[in-house]
Amino acid sequence: MNQTPIYTEFHSRWYRRRTSTYWWLRRPSYLAFILRELSSLFVAWFVIFTLVQIQALSQGAEGYQRFQDWSKQPVVLIVNLIALFFVVFHAITWFKLAPQAMVIRLHGKRVPAAWIAGSNYVVWALASALVAWIILGG
Amino acid sequence: MAKKSLEPFLWTLFSAGGVLAALLIPIHLFLFGLAVPLGWAHPSYEHLLSLLRHPATQGYFFVLCTLALFHSAHRFRYTLYDGLQIKHLNEVINVLCYGGAIVGSVWTVYLLWRIP
Repeated sequence: MNQTPIYTEFHSRWYRRRTSTYWWLRRPSYLAFILRELSSLFVAWFVIFTLVQIQALSQGAEGYQRFQDWSKQPVVLIVNLIALFFVVFHAITWFKLAPQAMVIRLHGKRVPAAWIAGSNYVVWALASALVAWIILGG
Repeated sequence: MAKKSLEPFLWTLFSAGGVLAALLIPIHLFLFGLAVPLGWAHPSYEHLLSLLRHPATQGYFFVLCTLALFHSAHRFRYTLYDGLQIKHLNEVINVLCYGGAIVGSVWTVYLLWRIP
């Protein structure tokens, strides 16, 4: 060993095990984490699908008919089915995390996690019902 | 001097978008992605267009689409960061993710603005 170590700009190397690129396949909980994270792609897909729909609506009845024919194609239906699975997965995991992110106290006591999660599901049901009611013609 | 970080702002957009995405996207996707194409529901073209012409609907889609895009960009950025361990590409990823969200937001405004 040198008595006077050579100066380098970088930290000396120590032993670090490299994590495999496929670390998320090791446990179901890791996989659930990656699936939850991948929901972001389907949220983006939803926005694109909706923007295409808005554009089609602006183009008149014929334009909208073309959009409807396109959305009936098996590939589009399957993508939307998968996307629905992912956004519902996102919603459930989001509501499950809400009690941890949001600490509410009532009379000095912490409101139980189940109440916060439960109220989220109630709001979810009400919002969905309202949107469906408006879209389907009131 | 400490550089003002954008990070807290991006996390706020992520959370706000996450709440809206959780509450609203499933029903939209179910209706227009499955129920209407499969013939379970038949909202008429005139009805949908009159809804879309309403300023409240346009405001709703503006908020929903932009926040959902920034939510998605932020989360996808971390998916690449953790999942693939490509930290050395950080700057490229940031530009692609948030740049995509900005482009999508501009597209949203443009489409909503030119509704007849």
